[in-house]
Amino acid sequence: MANIISDETIEYVGILAKLELSPEEKEQAKKDMGSMLDYIDKLGELDTEGVEPMSHAFPVKNVFREDVVTNQDMREEILKNAPGEKDGMFVVPRTFE
Amino acid sequence: MNILEMTAVELAAAIKNKEVTVMEATEAVLKQIEKKEDEFHCYVTVDRQGALARAEEVQKKIDQGELSGPLAGVPVAIKDNMCTEGMLTTCSSRILGNFVPTFSSEAVLNLQNAGAVILGKTNMDEFAMGSTTETSAFGVTRNPWNSEHVPGGSSGGSAAAVAAQECFYALGSDTGGSIRQPASFCGVVGLKPTYGRVSRYGLIAYGSSLDQIGPLCKDVTDCAAIMEVIASHDKKDSTSVEQQDTDFTTALVEDVKGMRIGIPRDYFGEGLDPEVKSAVLKAAEVLKEKGALVEEFDLSLVEYAIPAYYTIAAAEASSNLERFDGIKYGYRTEEYEGLHNMYKKSRSEGFGAEVKRRIMLGSFVLSSGYYDAYYLKALRVKALIKKAFDQAFEKYDVILGPVAPTTAPKLGESLSDPIKMYLGDIYTISVNLAGLPGLSVPCGLDQKGLPIGMQLIGDCFQEKKLIQTAYTYEKARGAFVRKEEQNV
Repeated sequence: MANIISDETIEYVGILAKLELSPEEKEQAKKDMGSMLDYIDKLGELDTEGVEPMSHAFPVKNVFREDVVTNQDMREEILKNAPGEKDGMFVVPRTFE
Repeated sequence: MNILEMTAVELAAAIKNKEVTVMEATEAVLKQIEKKEDEFHCYVTVDRQGALARAEEVQKKIDQGELSGPLAGVPVAIKDNMCTEGMLTTCSSRILGNFVPTFSSEAVLNLQNAGAVILGKTNMDEFAMGSTTETSAFGVTRNPWNSEHVPGGSSGGSAAAVAAQECFYALGSDTGGSIRQPASFCGVVGLKPTYGRVSRYGLIAYGSSLDQIGPLCKDVTDCAAIMEVIASHDKKDSTSVEQQDTDFTTALVEDVKGMRIGIPRDYFGEGLDPEVKSAVLKAAEVLKEKGALVEEFDLSLVEYAIPAYYTIAAAEASSNLERFDGIKYGYRTEEYEGLHNMYKKSRSEGFGAEVKRRIMLGSFVLSSGYYDAYYLKALRVKALIKKAFDQAFEKYDVILGPVAPTTAPKLGESLSDPIKMYLGDIYTISVNLAGLPGLSVPCGLDQKGLPIGMQLIGDCFQEKKLIQTAYTYEKARGAFVRKEEQNV
C-alpha cells in the first residue's frame, strides 16, 4: 500500500469530520483510507495541466431571488423534531463558562 | 386483468373508465405489501391509514373532474431520502430515525398534485451510500427475483417494491447509479434524468452536484408519464433548469430508423460478466434490425470515473452531512461533556460504517494540503470525462452499454471489500459526473434467473431519445415477466 495513514492523520481527520472513532474503527479507517487513496492516485496518470476544474456539468447562470418569507411560522412543528426543546428554543449544551 | 399486474398508466386509465376504484387499487397493493414485506422488506414506513384516506380524497377529485392526468389515483412508493410532510423520513439512518419533516420535496408535491396516493417510504442504503441496500440501519431488502440476492442500491427498496408489485411505481434518487443499477437488478425500468430536470428541493443531499431524482417503474410508457409529472423548474432549487422538451410521452414512438447508437468498447472489456455482455449486445442487435445505426467506438477515460467520483462524492457528502449535529433534529447521544463531545458522539453513534468511511475520506480530500492534489484534480478529470462524452455525442444520439458488470450479487458478498463494491458502479458513475440522462431497461435473464439491464445514455436534455429507443426495444422484446409468475 503506497499511502500509509498515520495515527495523527486519522486523529486530525476525525476532528474535521466531527467523528469519534473507537480504536478498532481507527485501525479500519487507516486501512480503508489508505487503499482508497491508492486507488484515487490513479488520477495522477492523467495530464490535467491547463484543464479548469469543473463544478457544474453544463453552463448555468447564477440564480438570484428576493429573500422574502413565503412559508408560515412552523416553530412548533419544527421543534417537535429537536432532541431538546425549552420555551420555544433548541436546548444545547453549555458552550462557554 | 389483475390490478397488481397493471402498469401505472394502465391503472390510471382503468380508474378513469370506472373499471377500478382508487380504493380498490390501494387496498390491493396494501394487501400485497402485507403479504410480501416479511420476505422482501422494501419499506421503512408503510402509511396504511394515510394511503386509504388519500385514496378516498383522490377518487372524489377524479369523480368531480378535478384530476384527470395519466397517473391520477395510482399508488406510489417514495425513497426514504425524500422529505414527506408529516411522514417519517429516515434516509435509512439511525441519525434520522425519528425525523418527521414539516414539508414535502418538490418531486413528491408534483406527484401529489397529479393525484398520487403515497403508500410509504422505501428502504435504501444509508444516506444513499452503497450499491446493495445492505447499509440501511433498518435491515436489508431482498431481491424479489431471488431473495438470497440483493436488490441493488441505493434505491433498492424502490426497485424491489416495483418488482414485487408492492407499488405501481416508485421514486428513487441516483448519485452514481442508484436508480439504474437496482432497476437492472430487479428487472424494472429506471431513469436518471439530466441534472437539473427534477428539483432536488427536499431531497436529503448526498453529493449535491451529482444527485438527481427519477422514476422506477414497470415499463417505458410509465417512465415517460412519470417524467412529465416530476420534471419542473423550481425556484427553491437553484440548480433546477428552465424546462424544455418535457413532452416525454410524445417520444413513445416505435421507430429507431436512423438513430445513431454508439457502443463504447471500453464498456465491454475485462470484468464484464459474459452473460450480461451477450444479453446487452443481443439487445443492440434488435435495435439494429429495427433500423438504428449501431457501431462501436472508444469512449476513453472510463477507468478514471470511479476514483474521480468517489473523491467528489465523498467531499460533498462530508460537507452535506455536517448538518447532522444532534441539535435541530435527529439522534442525540445520551451522555456527553460539552458541545463538541455531544456533536462527535451523536454523529459517531448515529452514522453507520459506510457513511463514516465516506465522511472521513471527504474531510481528508478537502483538508488543507490535500485539496489541490485530490479534490481539484478530480474536478479536472470530471472536465475531461465530460469532454469525452461531448465528443461522443457529436457522432451518436444514444450510447448503449450494460448497467452493471454483473447481475445481483448474493446478500453479504459485497460489503467486505469497498473498492470491489465501488467497481460495480463503473458504467453508471460517469453519467452523473457529466450530468447526463441514463435509462435502464431489462434485456434478459442470466442462468440463475436474475434480470440483466441495458443502459442507454443520452446528451443533456435528450431524455426523449432514450425513451424512444427504449420503447422501440421494449416493444420488440415483449413482456418481461419471470418464468414462474408470482402468485398474488
